[in-house]
Amino acid sequence: MAVAAPTSEPLAPRQTREVRRGDRVFRGLTLGSGLLILILIVAIATFLVWKAIPAFRISGLHFFTEKGWFPDAKPAKFGVAAIAFGTVLSSVIALILVVPVAIGAALALTELAPRRLGTVGGYVMDVLAAVPSVVYGLWGVFFLVPKLIPPQRWLSVHASFIPLFQNKSNTFGRSVFAASVVLAIMVLPIVAAIAREVFRQVPRAHREAALALGATRWETIRMAVLPPSRSGVVGAVMLGLGRALGETIAVALVLAATFNINLRVLEPGGNTIAANIATKFGEAGIVGREALIASGLVLFAITLAVNMAARAVVYRSTRIAEGKV
Amino acid sequence: MAKRIDVEGLNAWYGGFQALADVNMTIEPKQVTAFIGPSGCGKSTFLRSLNRMHEVVPGARVAGRVLLDDQDIYADGVDPVAVRRSIGMVFQRPNPFPTMSVRDNVAAGLKLNGVRKKSQLDDVVERSLRQAGLWDEVSHRLNRPGGGLSGGQQQRLCIARAIAVEPEVLLMDEPCSSLDPISTLRIEDLIGELKDEYTIVIVTHNMQEAARVSDVTAFFNIAGAGEPGRLIECGPTTKIFTKPDDTRTEDYITGRFG
Repeated sequence: MAVAAPTSEPLAPRQTREVRRGDRVFRGLTLGSGLLILILIVAIATFLVWKAIPAFRISGLHFFTEKGWFPDAKPAKFGVAAIAFGTVLSSVIALILVVPVAIGAALALTELAPRRLGTVGGYVMDVLAAVPSVVYGLWGVFFLVPKLIPPQRWLSVHASFIPLFQNKSNTFGRSVFAASVVLAIMVLPIVAAIAREVFRQVPRAHREAALALGATRWETIRMAVLPPSRSGVVGAVMLGLGRALGETIAVALVLAATFNINLRVLEPGGNTIAANIATKFGEAGIVGREALIASGLVLFAITLAVNMAARAVVYRSTRIAEGKV
Repeated sequence: MAKRIDVEGLNAWYGGFQALADVNMTIEPKQVTAFIGPSGCGKSTFLRSLNRMHEVVPGARVAGRVLLDDQDIYADGVDPVAVRRSIGMVFQRPNPFPTMSVRDNVAAGLKLNGVRKKSQLDDVVERSLRQAGLWDEVSHRLNRPGGGLSGGQQQRLCIARAIAVEPEVLLMDEPCSSLDPISTLRIEDLIGELKDEYTIVIVTHNMQEAARVSDVTAFFNIAGAGEPGRLIECGPTTKIFTKPDDTRTEDYITGRFG
């Protein structure tokens, strides 16, 4: 080709320097942002640990076994057993409800809907995901929770052979189950919107490969769309879980805060760490605040642990799929 | 086994745009038929309408008849899924399922047909990979992901996947256009071997390739932008490349346009 630059001329030094400066600035920015996140996480953890130490000193290991929450009483008696349990239980139930619906909705928009409907539906879903979840929470609390009483009663009558659905109190409404349904509605849009984005990333060529083999739509989804999306969908669910674990006001409004460990999810009562912090912080004394911060540290640890566990599951299953294990 | 295809009055659209007008031709079994022509002439569209893949593009539709041994694949009540199970397809860009192993890629079509027995699957996987000339290269890593192979290997994997279900026809849409010359040669040799068993239709941009691999060549052309593609001439490859009937064919193969 005749367009190659003559090699005898030295490259313009000024231009080179500018290009390098751009590279350096970009490198600095990305590195800085990355480090900032790490520093923030460490700083948060340090702050939580530092502020929580006095509470741990008072309660000792009972902090993890005690169910009640009377940090400002004499003698102080408090622990996260009940609220940590309530946090995990309500979030897990919420996710069980959310995951199939969110994945189904995302698949409906990307794989089944006519193109125009899929596009419009996608926009709507993104907007819904951007609405602060407390809006859904309020709707859930004031509109949905009363409506949930009959189905809960039905479950307790017809499904009571499952211990989870027994209700010995015969009152319904402000239960962990109701809180979980509200949580599910709050996190549904974000999980569905991200899942949709993940499915959209699957190249058309993979879908066509399955179709050309004679796969039905469902088989195409199972063969070509879901497997490469697994890690992204787990990421979406983790974000949803993060929201569910940290959700505060809606849960506080639904649950009749009690500090017990009860797997019978239709019975009234239960509490979560976030809701407990929100409701107790204003009236808390010195020890009370430290105790709440300590419970926040536990929430931090739960989130981290769940996240790492999920990542490990994805990593392992990917390695198995790749035949490396 | 290999079947013959009769196309009668085929038209194809993308939304309001007609991509293909009034194509009539016969594709003989156990021969290689090549479609050549300039970009946008509708040859890929035509290929994709032979196994009802054209209609998976939103807004795309087809009118006309495509007879697979006298059975119209566009007749009422014909399930496109069943059509695609008996007419295999290989695409321009190799598209193995990236998270599936080499073995699962080849077995994918069989599993769709409900074959679950491991010994049977293993037999078919080996036979298909041998037929595709890939067995010696991948037999020791059948459990590794198909996406980890080289481009040429991936394309042969896709061919193995397509022939594993023993289709009646094998459609290939520019199967070598993204491959290096050595991989191209391997695939062309493979096409020559496969035509003993299959009806093979290949779309290609490369006229030398059409001349090398095909028995019959069909030349498609468009009159101008926005016009539908039409079949200009179809005949024995030697005739098309030496003394075609139509001057437009001659202009194209001698490089005067397109």
